[in-house]
Amino acid sequence: MNYYLALIVLLPVLSFITLLIFGKRMGEKSSYVSIAAVLAGFALSIKALLYVMDGGHAKIAFTWLSIGNFDVTFGLLLDELTAVMLVVVTLVSALVQIFSIGYMHGDKRIGWFFASLSMFTASMLLLVLSPNFIQMYIAWEGVGLFSYLLIGFWFEKKSASDAAKKAFLVTRVGDLGFVIGLILLYVTAGTLDMDKVFAMQFAPVVAGTISILIFFGAIGKSAQFPLHVWLPDAMEGPTPVSALIHAATMVAAGVFLVARAYPLFEQSPAAMQFVAVIGTITAFMAATIALTITDIKRVLAYSTVSQLGYMMMGLGVGAYAAGMFHLFTHAFFKALLFLSAGSVIHAVHSQEIFDMGGLGRKMKITAITFTIGGLALAGFPFLSGFWSKDEILLGAYQSGHMAIFWIGLLTALLTAFYIFRVVFIVFLGKPRGHHSEHVQESPAVMSVPLIIFGALALSAGLIGSPLTGNAFQSFLTGGHGAEHHPDYMVMGLSGAVALLGIFAAWLRYGTRLLPANIISKDNLIYKLLVNKYYVDEFYYKYLVKPTHAIAQFAYTFDQRVIDGIVNGVAWITVRFGIGLKRIQTGYVQGYALYMLVGLIILIIWSCRVLGLQ
Amino acid sequence: MDYPIITMIVFWPLVGALLLQLIPRDKVNIIRWSTLLITLIGLAMGLPLLSGFKVGQTAMQFAEKAPWIPGIGISYHVGLDGISLPLFMLGLLLVVVTVLASWSIKERVREYFSLLLFLEVGMLGVFAALDFVLFYIFWELVLIPMYFIIGIWGGRNRSYAAVKFFIYTLAGSALMLVGILAIYFTSGLYTFDIVKLMEVGYNHQLATFVFLTFFIGFAVKVPMWPVHTWLPDAYVQAPTGGSIIMAGILSKMGTYAFIRVIIQVLPGEFTRFAPYIAVLAVISIVYAALTAIAQSDLKKLVAYSSVSHLGYIMLGIAAFTQVSLNGAVLQMVNHGLITGMLFLLVGYIYERTQTNEISELGGLSVKIPILGGMFVFAALASLGLPGLSGFVGEILILLGSYSTYGLYTIIAVFGLALTAFYLIRANQYAIFGVPPATMGEFRDVNGREFISILPLILLIVAVGVYPKPFLQYIDPAVNIVLQMIRG
Repeated sequence: MNYYLALIVLLPVLSFITLLIFGKRMGEKSSYVSIAAVLAGFALSIKALLYVMDGGHAKIAFTWLSIGNFDVTFGLLLDELTAVMLVVVTLVSALVQIFSIGYMHGDKRIGWFFASLSMFTASMLLLVLSPNFIQMYIAWEGVGLFSYLLIGFWFEKKSASDAAKKAFLVTRVGDLGFVIGLILLYVTAGTLDMDKVFAMQFAPVVAGTISILIFFGAIGKSAQFPLHVWLPDAMEGPTPVSALIHAATMVAAGVFLVARAYPLFEQSPAAMQFVAVIGTITAFMAATIALTITDIKRVLAYSTVSQLGYMMMGLGVGAYAAGMFHLFTHAFFKALLFLSAGSVIHAVHSQEIFDMGGLGRKMKITAITFTIGGLALAGFPFLSGFWSKDEILLGAYQSGHMAIFWIGLLTALLTAFYIFRVVFIVFLGKPRGHHSEHVQESPAVMSVPLIIFGALALSAGLIGSPLTGNAFQSFLTGGHGAEHHPDYMVMGLSGAVALLGIFAAWLRYGTRLLPANIISKDNLIYKLLVNKYYVDEFYYKYLVKPTHAIAQFAYTFDQRVIDGIVNGVAWITVRFGIGLKRIQTGYVQGYALYMLVGLIILIIWSCRVLGLQ
Repeated sequence: MDYPIITMIVFWPLVGALLLQLIPRDKVNIIRWSTLLITLIGLAMGLPLLSGFKVGQTAMQFAEKAPWIPGIGISYHVGLDGISLPLFMLGLLLVVVTVLASWSIKERVREYFSLLLFLEVGMLGVFAALDFVLFYIFWELVLIPMYFIIGIWGGRNRSYAAVKFFIYTLAGSALMLVGILAIYFTSGLYTFDIVKLMEVGYNHQLATFVFLTFFIGFAVKVPMWPVHTWLPDAYVQAPTGGSIIMAGILSKMGTYAFIRVIIQVLPGEFTRFAPYIAVLAVISIVYAALTAIAQSDLKKLVAYSSVSHLGYIMLGIAAFTQVSLNGAVLQMVNHGLITGMLFLLVGYIYERTQTNEISELGGLSVKIPILGGMFVFAALASLGLPGLSGFVGEILILLGSYSTYGLYTIIAVFGLALTAFYLIRANQYAIFGVPPATMGEFRDVNGREFISILPLILLIVAVGVYPKPFLQYIDPAVNIVLQMIRG
């Protein structure tokens, strides 16, 4: 198994190196290399999953560095959690890359595109397989790097390079906490190997501090409040990138991190509470913003932020398996939504939902797959998102987090409303804008991945549903304590709010029963939402601008004061030298005299200093 | 080794410089290729050091010792340990890179390359010298060629920069000389031998005074805040080759001397003053990073970033734990590779665009995708991207320093965000975006340039991906330093 495990990571690395060197010459053919590597990885991941289902675990380990008695052990670790992640990452990556053949057709940097996707996939796989926090951090930054490079893939566009910069810097801020957390962990535990750390018992305060600091990294990477601001901007990247990196895999890395470090988090109720509260705030806040957004990709981006909040909520209230289950189903239905949106954008050449309309008749496959994705997201009964979201709400309910439960339920209502607002505007009604009138369905290489994702969005939830005895959860937790009786009250409520949300959206956007100006543009709440709670403005005013001001001050200080003193000393010396010129008579006797005097002074001084009276 | 390998390597460039004088001054190409050959031979001569070095052995290796002026205790004593060997090798490598980067020198080519070879003698000598007089001579030997390189082949403001560099660092080394003499006269041993002095440790009542003389001399060389203002002028005005050598090697002379002289010869004073050194290191980190943010000139930005990064190395030294010292020594090598690469690329970009102003650049990834991509790589390495070498050094410094200076370490972590801020902005405005309409058409990287950059990239990746083989050299030597002081 070890051999296969290494191969899963190495194949995309090899693809990256190949494409880095030959990508330019290979052009469109680059995709074959990259897709072959990830498909092989997918096959091996299935093998790995079956191996784990048979009760097997695997571990490769080698010493990465060794200083005195501080050893850092790197390697690859296969257990239940990683087996699930391997399958998700390779499957989504493969389908997204196949979709990209059509979507990125004709781009002049297509070789670089597939090279980056390969290396992103490799980093993501390395991340989930990490048995050591430093290795995980390396992979963590690796996925961040390719996120940065791919958001800025069309770097000639200023908005794209701005978005890339923002993504890098905002996530870096979260990573500061992560790094400090790792430093504290090293200082207290003396090691950063996960198995050793997780076997230790820490004082709750220590475990809580370290966990919360590490969680800051997750706040950045998984776009949780208040560091969520980079993800909507990241939509400047090509849509397949948004689907793979900014919906299904990388942004879920923060959730994975919490899940991986769960033995540490569990030692501190305060840390768990913190995770739950941040998740809940994020889920609700992002859903409210999504209500007013008119850019189809950004609606999905805020939706991703919101759903990641749900996952954190689940982990925080102790519903570990439910949080991971939602990560699993979300990966499929959100990738589906993004790729379907990509298919629409590809046809309409716009991301504004009010440029679209009536597309349902012209792009049947896309309309159906987007709607399936929307239903799954909304938590429409018996689709994948329904089962996993229900599990999280149930977790909140059963653990007595009633406020979180009700906010989660309200958020589910908003979710159903905002996504069906998009569905009705885009696919029903009359075409708006000239592009919407003559659009065509996308080619098969794009629609086939959509259909596969559609099937997954419909059915992937079943394996964690009560119908299969919560098979997913019991697999993840090693069989104990995961199976539970369904709570029909919670299930009924979450199904009802989904239907209610969809119905409200239909009333408002599917029919003309409700007037368009039902909410005034001057309404304070509307303004707050349209401006995304002014978080960006806050950062600009209180963080970015002051930094520039302090930097400018430091530079002026450097030039005027510090260098000023240096030049001042030099100036005085020169003046002094001009004065001294007068005693430079040119007579050798004179110099000899000075030397003698100087020498005597020096000797006397030295004797004094050396205490040789 | 059964031959005096260090002496041969150190003085080989001197022989080379003499050989260079045999070539007529107008045969520019022959001069260039000959210099390249000379430095490559030097590098090749250094390879047996790596294979012959006995990892874990406590004494200085490849040591050569001969009386020089026995009457006053001066000897010719050279040798290498796990701390100096990596820097010695870095010097050999970066000189080759510098020669390749100096193809664009068009005037007084023979003089330039001769000075460069003299410079090499000095730098290698500093890392190998185990006698204070010898150390001082090599230290000064570096100064003069560098003064001329800045003053003759530098930019518009070269003479100001050269004089400032010269006087500033000369003042520093004059103080150092006073310190050396004080040790000689008061240690009771009447020797200049560093190894002997290390064994006993200098604890005379003058120790504080001696410490200060060395401290100022080294702090100027590194440089640390607040004696750093010669650096932006010198780095920016120097020709590319000069900047690479200054940032890559000369700054390491300072940080190396902190370990070899201040920690090992003056352990008592080091322990007393380490907290103050740590404060200056943290100020350097944050202050220089902030100053870098305010720069509109790419080369100046890199210059200030160099000061900031050296602050991390000094923090690791001051914190004085096994992990932090390993990190500091490794980071010296990394800093040489990474900052060297940044200056190299800034130079190559300048040769094409004739400007370093960030506002006049932009879209270089469109015009020169390979060079642009390499710049992004170097910037990412510099901001400590995991997987590349800078990360390993930085994380070891931070992990190791926390137990000594918790608060400073946390501040240093915040410095990482500032670093990312200016480097990512530099990427965005210089490399990404649309090229300004006024920008001409240029050729992307040529073969010579590519060859000059490639070894740096490979090493940066190698250290970043698998640091163990590199730390194997460093760790035992660091352990000895620790044991000497903790008894």
